[in-house]
Amino acid sequence: MERVWNDSVKQSFRSLHKIGSREAALSPDREFPYPAFAFSPGRCIFTAKSRNYVCPDTEYCLNRGLFVKLCRMFQRALLPCAIACGIFAIWGDAGKARGQDRAPVYYPADIKYGAQIFASQCTACHGENGDLIPGVNFRAGQFKRVISDNDLRMTITNGVPGTAMQPFNFGASELTGIVSYLRNMSSFDTRNLLSGDKARGQVLFQGAGKCATCHALNGKGPRVAPDLGDIGSLRTADLLHRTLLDPAGAMLPVSRSVHAVTRDGKTINGRRLNEDTYSVQLIDEQEHLVSLTKSDLREYAVVKTTSMPSYKDKLSDQELADLEAYLLSLKGVK
Amino acid sequence: MFFLLACTLLISFPVRAQVTSERLLHANDEPQNWLTYSGSYASQRYSLLNQIDTSNVKNLELKWVFQAQSLQKFETTPLVVDGIMYLTQSPNDIVAVDARTGRAFWVYHYAPSPAARPCCGIVNRGVAILGDTLFMATVDAHLVAVDAKSGHAIWNAKLAEPAAGYAMTMAPLVVKDKVIVGVAGGEFGVRGFISAFDAETGKQAWRFDTIPSPDQPGHESWRGGDWQHGGGAVWVTGSYDPELNLTYWGTGNPGPDWNAAQRPGDNLYSDSVLALDPDTGKLKWYFQFSPHDPYDYDSVQIPVLVNANWKGAPSKLMMWGNRNGFFYVLDRTNGKFLSGHPFVKVNWASGLDANGRPITTPQPPGQPTFPGIQGGTNWYSPSYSPRTGLFYLPAWENYSTIFTGVETEFHEGQRYTGGANTAPIPGAENPVGARQGPVNVYTEALGSGAVIAIDPATGEKKWKFDMHDVNTGGILTTASDLLFAGGREGFFQALDARTGALLWKANLGGEIVAGPMTYRVDGKQYITIASGNSLFTFALRE
Repeated sequence: MERVWNDSVKQSFRSLHKIGSREAALSPDREFPYPAFAFSPGRCIFTAKSRNYVCPDTEYCLNRGLFVKLCRMFQRALLPCAIACGIFAIWGDAGKARGQDRAPVYYPADIKYGAQIFASQCTACHGENGDLIPGVNFRAGQFKRVISDNDLRMTITNGVPGTAMQPFNFGASELTGIVSYLRNMSSFDTRNLLSGDKARGQVLFQGAGKCATCHALNGKGPRVAPDLGDIGSLRTADLLHRTLLDPAGAMLPVSRSVHAVTRDGKTINGRRLNEDTYSVQLIDEQEHLVSLTKSDLREYAVVKTTSMPSYKDKLSDQELADLEAYLLSLKGVK
Repeated sequence: MFFLLACTLLISFPVRAQVTSERLLHANDEPQNWLTYSGSYASQRYSLLNQIDTSNVKNLELKWVFQAQSLQKFETTPLVVDGIMYLTQSPNDIVAVDARTGRAFWVYHYAPSPAARPCCGIVNRGVAILGDTLFMATVDAHLVAVDAKSGHAIWNAKLAEPAAGYAMTMAPLVVKDKVIVGVAGGEFGVRGFISAFDAETGKQAWRFDTIPSPDQPGHESWRGGDWQHGGGAVWVTGSYDPELNLTYWGTGNPGPDWNAAQRPGDNLYSDSVLALDPDTGKLKWYFQFSPHDPYDYDSVQIPVLVNANWKGAPSKLMMWGNRNGFFYVLDRTNGKFLSGHPFVKVNWASGLDANGRPITTPQPPGQPTFPGIQGGTNWYSPSYSPRTGLFYLPAWENYSTIFTGVETEFHEGQRYTGGANTAPIPGAENPVGARQGPVNVYTEALGSGAVIAIDPATGEKKWKFDMHDVNTGGILTTASDLLFAGGREGFFQALDARTGALLWKANLGGEIVAGPMTYRVDGKQYITIASGNSLFTFALRE
C-alpha cells in the first residue's frame, strides 16, 4: 500500500511541478483550486512554511531525505484525507463538465498556440484529427483515462507507461495551449490558422514594435519595463495577446507605475515592485531600486494607465501573430 | 511623450555608480558597503564602521527580520551595495531587500536539478557582484549571473555533473573581469577544481584541477588511479592580493575521507592552500597543511591576508586557523611556513616541523582523536583586527572522534567516505546530527565552543570566550574594537575585541551558521546575522 501510494503521489507531483508553476498562479482564469492539489500531501506540507507562490521545486524536494521523512509522517494522517477528498471530488463533479470545479474557459490565443504545438508534436501518433489511436478521439472528446483538464496535463507531462505515449517536457504556457486546443478541436478551424513566425516577430520586437525601447531580454536592455527574457514561460498565449491589445487592462497589478512626492518635495516616478502598508519598493526612471516609507510622502498614487502602447491598430493580425510567436519562444537562459 | 521624458531623465542623471573592479579593490574605502563575502579581498571580516562601539552597544535593538522560505540551514552573508542588500536563501534564491527595512524588491528563483546531492545541506553562502550583475553558485553546480536591478538571469554556466556528487555552496569571488568558484563534493570522491568565468559572457576562462593528473606536477603524491576520485573539493570563498596578483583558495579532504590506507602518498593538493594567478589559473605555490589526511581535516577555511611586521620586518602574511587544530602563519608571497601552534587540544600530531609538516601521532584503534571530525574550527569565517593585531577564531574545544577506516569501492555519485566516525562516549550522538532542535543533547562532555583571540606573533591565546555549545558561526570585528559572534546555541554576542568581555547578547532562537556583517545607510550603522531560518538586523536605538 505504501509503495503504491508513494508512487502515485510522485506521479501527480511530477505533473504538479509542471502545472503548478508561476504561470498558473498568475493566470486569473485557470480553474482553481486544482482538485489534484487537495490530494497532494506535498502541497499541505509546503504551505506550512512555503513560498507564497507554488513551490516549483517540488520534484527536487521529493528526492530529499527530509521530505521523504515528512511524507512518511504525514502519510497516515493524509491518506484518509486524500480518499475523502477523492470521494468529494467525484461526488462534487457530478453534473459538471469534464470533472472540473467549474466550467473551464478557453481562449482563442491559447487554442491557436496549442494547435501549432499539436501540429508539430502530436500528429505523428494521434493524427491530424486526433483519432489515430484506438479508443482516443480528441475531436469527439473520447479519452481512455482523462476526465479533467488536469488529467490531460498529467498524461501529457508523465506519459502513459507501457504505451507509446511518452512524457513531454512542456512548460505551463504550452500545456495550457495544448489542453485548450484538444478541448476545442471539434470547433476550431485550423485552416484559417494565422501562424506566427518568430523570426519576423524578433525583427518587430527590436524594430517597428519598439519593444526593446523599454524591455530588456535576459538582462540586456533597459529596465523601464519588466525583462521579457522568459516571458514565454511565465505567461500564456492568451495573456500575451491580451497584453498587446490592452496593456493597461492586462498588466500585472504589481507592475503598475507609481508616482510619489516626498515631504521635502522630491518627485519619484517608477515601476512598482512590491508594496506593504508602510512602504513601497520600486525601480525609478533612473533604474535605481528605491524603497519609500509612506509616512515620508506627501503624495502617493498608483497609476492605472501605462506607457506601453496598445498594438491593436498598430500591427496587423499577421504581425501580432509573429510577435506573439517570438514572445512565446522566450524561455529564459538555460 | 512619457518615453521621451524617461529617456531625457536617463541621460541627464548619471546612473548610480556600478560596482567596478576598482571599487572591489578598495572596498575598505567604502565601509558603508559590504561588497564581497568576507568584506574585502583580504578577507579580514573587519569593518571601519565605528558608530556602534563598546559604550553604546548595549543599546542595540532589532530593526527588522527577513524570514527565509526554507527550513534549510541559513548560511548566507549578504552583500550591501548603496543601501540595497542581496542575500541568498535555500535552495538557490537571491533576494534583493531594502537594507534599512528588509522589505523585498525582487526574488530570483533558481530551481536546481533534483540530481543535486550536497553532503551537508542544501545551503548557499551568498553572492558576488561586478557592475550591475550578481553571481551565484548553485547546489547543482551551475554558476548563474543575475541582473542586480531586475533579478533576471543573464547567463547560466554548468560546471559539473550534480549526479556525480558535484555541488556548489560558496559565494563566488570576483577578480578583475572574472568570477572564480570551486566545487564541493569531497564526500563523493569527486576530483575538485577551481574555475574562472568571464563575468560578461559566462564563458570559462580557466580551470585548475586540485588533484593533479599523471601529466601534472604533484601527481607523484598519488598511487595508480586513486587521484581520479581524490577529492580536494573547494567550497568556501578565497582571497586576493592585488599587489602580488595572487588568489588564495583552501582545498578539502582527499577521498575517501577516513580510509587513508587506500590512498598512499601525500595526496596533493588536498587539505592545502593554493596560490593561483587569477588571470590564468596557474599555480604559483601551495602549502599542504595535512598530508595524507585520515580525519577529514578540510583546509576549507578563509585565507586571511595581513600586512604586518614579522620578526621586525614588514611582511605579507597569511593567517590560517585550520580544521586540523593548528593556527598557521605563512608568507603569502611564496607559501613559506613561518609558524604554527595548536589552538585546541590536538593529539593526532605532536607538533609541526621546521617546514610546517605535522609530526603525526596516530591514535590506537578505538581511541579518540583530537580534534574530532568537525575539526578545531571549520569553514566559519574568522576575523583579524588591524587595530588589536589579534586573529579571532570560532573554535570547537575538547572535541574528539573515533575514526575507523574501511576499504571502500568507488561508485560515481555515491558516498565515498571509507569508514566511520563515532563519538567517544558510547551511545552518544554523532555531533553532526546531534543538534536538531532547541535542546542541547550535544553537551560539554562531547566538546564545547569558544571564540579565541590569538596573538599571531606567538600563537598564544590572548583571551577566550567560552560557549556551552559548539561555535558554528563566523566572526566580525569593527574599528570600534567590537567583535560579533554566535554559534549553535542561537545567541548573538558582542564582545570587547581587546578583552573578550561580553557587552551585549540577543537570543535569536536558531543555530547561527553564518558570518555577521555590517553596513551603513543614511548615517546609521547596521549589524546583520542569519540565525535559524531568519536574517536579523540590528542598529542603535534612536
